[in-house]
Amino acid sequence: MTMAPANETVDEATGGAARPYASGLPRLLPLVPGVPEDLRAHLARHGRLPYRGGPGLLIGSVEEAGLTGRGGAAFLVSRKLAIVARARGRKVIVANGAESEPASHKDALLLRAAPNLVLDGLQLAAEAIGAREAYLYLHPGVSPEILRALNQREAAGLDWLGVTIVEAPPRFLAGQESALVNRLGGGPAVPTFVPPRVSERGLGGAPTLVQNVETLAHLALIARYGPRWFRALGTAQEPGSMLTTVHTQPSGGSAGSSPPGQHNTQIIEAEIGTPLRALIHQDSVQAVLIGGFHGTWLPITTIGTLTLDNEALKTHGAALGAGVIAALPADRCGLAEAARVVRYLAAESAGQCGPCLNGLPRMAAALAELSGRGHRRQTRTDLERWAGLVTGRGACNHPDGTVRFVRSALTVFAPEISLHARGLCSATNRTPFLPLPGGMPMTEDDWT
Amino acid sequence: MADTLRVNPINCSGHGVCAELLPELVTLDEWGYPIIANSPVPPALDLEARRAVAACPALALKLLRA
Repeated sequence: MTMAPANETVDEATGGAARPYASGLPRLLPLVPGVPEDLRAHLARHGRLPYRGGPGLLIGSVEEAGLTGRGGAAFLVSRKLAIVARARGRKVIVANGAESEPASHKDALLLRAAPNLVLDGLQLAAEAIGAREAYLYLHPGVSPEILRALNQREAAGLDWLGVTIVEAPPRFLAGQESALVNRLGGGPAVPTFVPPRVSERGLGGAPTLVQNVETLAHLALIARYGPRWFRALGTAQEPGSMLTTVHTQPSGGSAGSSPPGQHNTQIIEAEIGTPLRALIHQDSVQAVLIGGFHGTWLPITTIGTLTLDNEALKTHGAALGAGVIAALPADRCGLAEAARVVRYLAAESAGQCGPCLNGLPRMAAALAELSGRGHRRQTRTDLERWAGLVTGRGACNHPDGTVRFVRSALTVFAPEISLHARGLCSATNRTPFLPLPGGMPMTEDDWT
Repeated sequence: MADTLRVNPINCSGHGVCAELLPELVTLDEWGYPIIANSPVPPALDLEARRAVAACPALALKLLRA
């Protein structure tokens, strides 16, 4: 397996020669790294849309393939399809491309590099559930390529269903299923209380299938090449490949001598089950964040045992989420990184649920104090108590995800906390590592 | 089977009436929001639970059939 770094574009683990129909990689990303596949290239590589001629017919293949959602929750796609397919009356399908985690860029890349695969998946899933209304939910400006693809497909008369684009606000929770449905309905992109799930009662009360754009791209491949082809990669539990966003600091310069801003972001399509060491080559890494800002910090000592699949990561209390992996360089302060992220997460609370509204800012302040010098003894106790108080008490999983991030940071960076308590810090590089949007905090108006 | 109390955290605005009427199953956190016992409502408290649900000014408290 080889991987070459690429900036802003494409970087794949290529499984040998370029064989579009073989089971190797890349599956989703273009055959020529960095060159987006327009409709002509797409048709040359994959051929026409393999419609099945009626609802329900694709679901069996998807079930056999064992495809799981690539938006973060890793839910079985066939089950979600079946729930909406069973319902009667008006049904809605949404391709969710509103990748709202600042550290994740894989959906944005997919939408630019292989827009037609996503649109194929949207049409095929719509047919499978019998939906007559299709939406594409995106951050504005993320992919001129997908707009071009929609126009070209319309001109060529390829699609059965028209697709309406809805813009997502630049908020962390904008891509959450119920927030998305609220936004589609003309409201703010804030979560609602579950149940009912949107697959039972979504847009205007209609059963609504929301699938991540990468999930739909995989579905389009399963429809063409079949479940056996799909299962040729990955593990038995989690077949296939997945897109990951990997953050590293290129090794070379010794710790502390790296110039500021030297941060490498790669989008890698990798086989599920790949050893994490194949994605992170750097030596001077102190900890790995898996699953993004709702994810889990693990100490670098565990990396030899880690593989890119939820079944294995579960034993470490971690999950892949939307595939964000960040290797924190040894020269940074993990506490300072965690404090910055939690401040952001607190500001991104929709502010609808009392425990989240009250607890997250307090947790952020406590972490900021721990990341300073010489904290009060009470702060650590307070932080633990607040983490317990907000868990399981939100309408969405924002408080729980934040707690997972905080608790794992407290464990992994415990030695750093002791250092800071004595007025010290091990970091020699103060440049922030994890990417956060500028201009925080945002206002109420930013939700729409 | 007994019912379970559930609060809709979006609707809840922390009036605290539930904790006053049903202290056996509801306590308030340090910000005034209810923490609800995870266990089913025992038959002896059934009436009080219904009263608490009816009295919630935000209509945030519900009894779910187990």
